Amino acid sequence: MRDFDYHWASSLDEARRLGAEEGAAFLAGGQTLLRDLKHHRRTPTSLVKISGVLPREIDLRDGGITIGAGATHAEIAVSEVVRERLPALAGLAGHIGDPAVRHRATLGGAVVAHEVAGDYPPACLALGATVHTTDRDLAAAEFFAGPGRTALEPGEIVTAVTFPVPAKAAYVKFLNPAARYAMAGVFVALAADGRPRLAVAAARADGAFRWREAEAALAATFVGDALREVRMPLDGLAEDLFADAAYRGRLAEVLARRAVSLANGAAPGVAVFSHGSPLRVGVAR
Amino acid sequence: MPDVSMTVNGRAVRGTVEGRTLLVEYLREHLHLTGTHVGCDTTQCGACVVHVDGLAVKSCTMLALECKGSAVTTIEGLAPHGAPLHPMQVAFGEHHALQCGYCTSGMVMMAVDIARRLGEADEATIRDELKGNICRCTGYHNIVKAIVAGATAMAAERE
Amino acid sequence: MDSQTQNPDLHPPAAQGPSVGRPVRRLEDERLLRGGSRYVSDLIAASDALRVKMLRSPHAHARIVAVDATAARAMPGVVAVLTADDVAGVGDLPCDWQAPGMIAVPLQPVLVRDRARYVGEPIAAVAAESVHAAEDALAAIAVTYEVLLAVAEQEVAIEPGAAQLHDALPNNIGYRFRRAGGDVERALAEAEVVVRRRLTNNRGAPAPLEGRVVLSEFDPASGRLVHYTASQLPHVHARALGACLGLPLHKLRLVAPDIGGGFGAKLCFYAEDVICAFLSMRTGRPCAWSEGRGESFLATTHGRDHIQYAEIAARRDGRITGFRSRLLADLGAYAIGMGPGVPAINTGFAVSGPYNIPNVATEVVGIFTNRTPTGPYRGAGHPEATFLLERMVDELARELAMDPAEVRRVNFVSPSAMPHRMPTGWTLDSGDYATNLDAALKLASYRELRERQATLRAEGRFLGIGLATFSESSGVGPSIGMGSVGFRRAGHESARVVVHADGSATVFSGTMSTGQGHATSLAQIAADVLGLAPDEVEVVQGDTEAVPFGTGTFNSRSMAIGGTAVYEAARKLLDKARKIAAHKLQRRPADLTFEDGVFRPSDGLGVMAAAAHAGKKVEDKVVHAVFRRRMGMDLPPSDREAGTVTLTDVARDVHLGHDLPRGMAPGLDETAFFDPEDMPFAYGTHVAVVEVDPETGQVALLRHVVVDDCGRIINPLLVEGQVHGGAAQGVGQALMEAMVHGEGGEPMVGGFGEYAMPRAADLPSFETGHTEVPTKLNPLGAKGVGEGATIGATPAVVNAVLDALAPLGVTEVSMPMTPMHVWRAIERARDARGTKGGGDA
Repeated sequence: MRDFDYHWASSLDEARRLGAEEGAAFLAGGQTLLRDLKHHRRTPTSLVKISGVLPREIDLRDGGITIGAGATHAEIAVSEVVRERLPALAGLAGHIGDPAVRHRATLGGAVVAHEVAGDYPPACLALGATVHTTDRDLAAAEFFAGPGRTALEPGEIVTAVTFPVPAKAAYVKFLNPAARYAMAGVFVALAADGRPRLAVAAARADGAFRWREAEAALAATFVGDALREVRMPLDGLAEDLFADAAYRGRLAEVLARRAVSLANGAAPGVAVFSHGSPLRVGVAR
Repeated sequence: MPDVSMTVNGRAVRGTVEGRTLLVEYLREHLHLTGTHVGCDTTQCGACVVHVDGLAVKSCTMLALECKGSAVTTIEGLAPHGAPLHPMQVAFGEHHALQCGYCTSGMVMMAVDIARRLGEADEATIRDELKGNICRCTGYHNIVKAIVAGATAMAAERE
Repeated sequence: MDSQTQNPDLHPPAAQGPSVGRPVRRLEDERLLRGGSRYVSDLIAASDALRVKMLRSPHAHARIVAVDATAARAMPGVVAVLTADDVAGVGDLPCDWQAPGMIAVPLQPVLVRDRARYVGEPIAAVAAESVHAAEDALAAIAVTYEVLLAVAEQEVAIEPGAAQLHDALPNNIGYRFRRAGGDVERALAEAEVVVRRRLTNNRGAPAPLEGRVVLSEFDPASGRLVHYTASQLPHVHARALGACLGLPLHKLRLVAPDIGGGFGAKLCFYAEDVICAFLSMRTGRPCAWSEGRGESFLATTHGRDHIQYAEIAARRDGRITGFRSRLLADLGAYAIGMGPGVPAINTGFAVSGPYNIPNVATEVVGIFTNRTPTGPYRGAGHPEATFLLERMVDELARELAMDPAEVRRVNFVSPSAMPHRMPTGWTLDSGDYATNLDAALKLASYRELRERQATLRAEGRFLGIGLATFSESSGVGPSIGMGSVGFRRAGHESARVVVHADGSATVFSGTMSTGQGHATSLAQIAADVLGLAPDEVEVVQGDTEAVPFGTGTFNSRSMAIGGTAVYEAARKLLDKARKIAAHKLQRRPADLTFEDGVFRPSDGLGVMAAAAHAGKKVEDKVVHAVFRRRMGMDLPPSDREAGTVTLTDVARDVHLGHDLPRGMAPGLDETAFFDPEDMPFAYGTHVAVVEVDPETGQVALLRHVVVDDCGRIINPLLVEGQVHGGAAQGVGQALMEAMVHGEGGEPMVGGFGEYAMPRAADLPSFETGHTEVPTKLNPLGAKGVGEGATIGATPAVVNAVLDALAPLGVTEVSMPMTPMHVWRAIERARDARGTKGGGDA
């Protein structure tokens, strides 16, 4: 990777100032940024280390869980608050990457990276999350602006995300056997007001999206079978060695049904399917 | 060039490195702790796992500068020179859980982390927890047995 | 060992001596566990070597119009840049296994001269003060390409009009190798049943966790090169390096320190070794190169890659009467290393496996394409043969509605027919395949599995049980035989055993461990002969200065051949020690026993000898008394007093040389070469149990049972480890691993993000057992074990998935059987069933 200047920010204000400069990039857990630097996908001339100034608390208030952007996936996965009130989110966090990556990677880093196969974006969309930055609060749908892009202005930093607590929720994904991130991932939630929301990751090449047809079917009845006739349009679906558009679309359909069944189940949470592993597996710990 | 300072295996170290120096490069090339290895370029293989502030991390995906003020433990620090092997190391040797040895440092460091977090986990959980550690030689069978035994030995030590 | 997954009936007590046959814990582990390993990259980290980076062709096929390194040479930190002109005098990379009848042998040059023929082919090299400086310089080398059409698949490459890689090879055909016995034409014509299939055995990457890595240090003052490299064949590669560079071998020392896995990828002799040595000779500085993971998928040989047409002829009772196959083997862009020979010989000769098939004909066509060259990969030709055969046997079973276990059983060569000459010409030396199969079926609880399968089918679930039985030639040799099939490598192996003055021993072996544990297993062999504990024996490998002759580790030969050489050398040494002991004890050598490190006179000496000994004892007393009076000190007690002599006593005295038999040289130091008469055939049975989720194509590998026979087991712990690891790689190919290229030869795999490496969660704990039919081909009775499990695992898993999906009308799933491939096969079968008027799926 190219060399860079390195700044250890001592306050959010200092971080914003340094981050607004040309060629600057924020470094939190580094699990996506450093990977990109090693492959020359990004070439910042300065890194602003913000782990020390990002909030990390996890609080329940007003029917929502607010998680500081600096919280690592590992911390979120074991948080009693999240496990109790939003086990699908705790399970999601606990199955990102691997344990070593989860010790470093942060919620803030993941939402900012907004990867096509990222697990948080569909959760944010399906739960109707709010992204808090140093400057404003944005609805998740506004925050995510396209694959790898967000609505953030230069220097603007994500400080927390608030996830409204739903009545029911579940996350289901099928892992790509090589990269081991989602080949398709579905987060479904039945909001406190009774409205279903369902978001799909890793299916469309332009990232996670709310599957409106599926939501309409679930509004009539929130059961997996309600989705039997709902087809994922194949236009614009991502393709790679392990999933072409036809397979990926079918996978998304199957996982959507399973996510709803899981959300209705006795122990809602997360199910991760992986080639080679047992078939019925992976409820959040 | 920036200064770097941290504790490695209980010893304070300082140096001057380029910002882009990865922790694994700092450990191997500057401190000559070559027990930690590099096996891939996509943060997947786990040959580089060390402990930073008590948690397993992939040293290929951390900058040395990020470890300012942190305590780093490498495989060499698990049982310092002359000290008896750590119970997890003993378990690996006893169960033939290493063949070429290249993944072993990272595997042992991850195993210790698993045991510290989860205590005496079952085999299915251990296999899941090893998602970020690739072994090409052993087929994982003996590694899993070793981790079960090592975790039990660690629990016994704590009592 | 784990009692839960082992069946005690299948672990016959095999101890030959105190340590051979026992699960001795590895002697080398403490060093590795403490982080004290010394891979070549560790030596580089401690050196101030120049770092070398390679510029590689981004095109699968292109003429190199010009290479301009002027700007690169001027960059900061750059010490040297090499292009083809700079290495004009350097020899091409060797191909030491040329298939018989090869029309021409297109060797790969060290750096591209006129045409790049695969993405990744080295074009230039930079040596600089740091990796970053070298990378920056690479970017500054200007290459002008004239891009040419490329061919990236065998059947495309042999079509008329396809792009030609090498002028001397029309239609890109390197060879057609035929092997036949009996009259297969007639067998096919007269058969009651014929099954025909087209199968593919996909390209994979051995992908050891340690990539290739080189550190080369030339000393201009002495003209001596010390070359550190991760090589499975230190001596072969030293010779190759010397030949390429015109450097005599007495000035060349090649060291392979710890190696992080090989699996065949480190058998080839590569350009980067030559480049680093050349650069070191030119600059006078050590030069180091290490392969990035992404780079490894371009620059290191791949394995397998066959298109296979097969016809199997049988009677209705399941007896196979004929087997004909035509195999299109992709050699990649060049003939390098063992590449061409592997499909021709290892697959071509092996196609009848453990079965008594009287009429066999095989044609192997070696084809060049614009892809990374192929080479040996764990099993090297045997997995391709076994996959082909075991798939066809299962197809036959399905056709005949017979249990696949029964079809195998009725076709096995029986133990009483051993040695059995196969129609292709190889000879099965020993084996009891039916007992082995029965053991595996018992361990798997096969009958219960079939019952469970039926129950689950009724519930709409898809359980599959897959079998594979295999036999494989191991311990390749004899040397003369290898020569006759174009394999320009020795079949013998050397060992030198030295007992030091304190009674400890060192074994110098020509084999090279890349994780197999030779430091322990070879020590066990020597230790048992010499009455030592294994940790009193040090094994030295991988240094051509310490071990002047050797062949190396491949084709599962290290115990059968390398171990036998150690055994023979140790026995020669013990014979000499026995003579010395006899001399000291004034007995005849044949009158002594050797047990627990002690030479003792055996009982029952004749009256005359007993009298003579009594007389000698008196003589000793007189001599001692005289010495004491004259010299005022005591002679050391005579060994005859003690009546016994230890090996340590002999060792101490033999180095002093004070009292040796007349004419005998001092020292306990013996070398042996073992060149086998023929190859022992290891074998085994795999039973894989899967459940398939038809909605997603997910395959759950529920159980994997292996009963292996590698003849006499030297160390059961190490054998188990080879079975586990080998099976994991076989499963990997079956379910997820594939090196994929686009139509134009562009690699679609850049690292582990696209190449699916099996993880712990993908695999079950293996259930293993062993049968142990020793071979007569070496005194240890040992066969090879390193590759067998890979060979058997792949077809077992494939057969299991097909078995699971049979009710859905699925008849084929191409490898790797990824979820998408499985799902698509199910969809196709469903569409075919829905088509009026049917037709083949």
